[in-house]
Amino acid sequence: MTIFLIIATITIIASFFADRQKTLVGIKKGLKMFINLLPALLNILVLVSIVLYLLPKETLVKWLGHDVGGIGISVAAILGSISLIPGFIAFPLGGILLKSGVSYQVIAVFITTLMMVGVLTLPLEAKYFGMRVALLRNALSFIGAVLIGIVMGILI
Amino acid sequence: MKKYIFFICFIVLIIFSYFYQLSAGQEIGHNFTVFFTEMITFLPVMFILIGLFDVWFPKEKVEKHIGKDTGLKGTLWVILLAMLQAGPLYGAFPVAYLLWKKGSSIKNIFIYLGAFSTIKIPLLAFEIGFLGLKFSLFRSLITLPVFILIASLMETHLKNKQFEVKQP
Repeated sequence: MTIFLIIATITIIASFFADRQKTLVGIKKGLKMFINLLPALLNILVLVSIVLYLLPKETLVKWLGHDVGGIGISVAAILGSISLIPGFIAFPLGGILLKSGVSYQVIAVFITTLMMVGVLTLPLEAKYFGMRVALLRNALSFIGAVLIGIVMGILI
Repeated sequence: MKKYIFFICFIVLIIFSYFYQLSAGQEIGHNFTVFFTEMITFLPVMFILIGLFDVWFPKEKVEKHIGKDTGLKGTLWVILLAMLQAGPLYGAFPVAYLLWKKGSSIKNIFIYLGAFSTIKIPLLAFEIGFLGLKFSLFRSLITLPVFILIASLMETHLKNKQFEVKQP
């Protein structure tokens, strides 16, 4: 975290010396995005705080932790494929789950299927590419996403 | 202000439970404080970086190169364009249609979808913040060859099948 803040500060200072005007516009743009996102983000943190109180760490780890081979990954892959959760919700959730003891593998499978596979958006995708092509892309992406997750689990 | 109603109710309840020593409320309040502190220390900075990136590398400049370059260069431009976007996957389909109109190859269109869904800059910023640089870096580096492979498979499969991207 400290390293990130140092790098960020250096970047902002460098940008400021390179072009003051551009930097101010950029900072304004960024902060505006943050303010727009803030209410949704606060609500998510509230919900997660409550859910984590109701669902103790032991239960989470039991179902999504290291020891339960395929179950965690399968649950993560299915949830990731069908849900339409935006990244700014999925990542904080993933981070909190990780701290609660859920394995990297499960988080990685959930995040990658969430990103690459969209069961709910299939009808829309089919309008652009045709149903067969959309199905094929999603099927290949599903396999790819699960593989990525498993490799992540082995490497990290 | 309306958007904060839920949050304000929550804070009132938490203060209430600290006041009356309700353990459930105190524990939830503690959870929230931990998550919130973590978020507020890096997220504003992260967004400033995203804003700066947006100003220094405007999408419009990248778009000019799309479709013109072929081969590896074309692929790199498509990936760069995808990384500069924001939003959910279904926002990428109209762009895929534009790429198709501009003469991109089948492979590059699916590379665009792959890059868009997995390595967008704003998304990476979030990922690094909440899951760590190591996680994000590993995931991006493993994902990159996977979606290029998927795009190649799609192209091989669709090459002689009168594939087209339609505007619904």
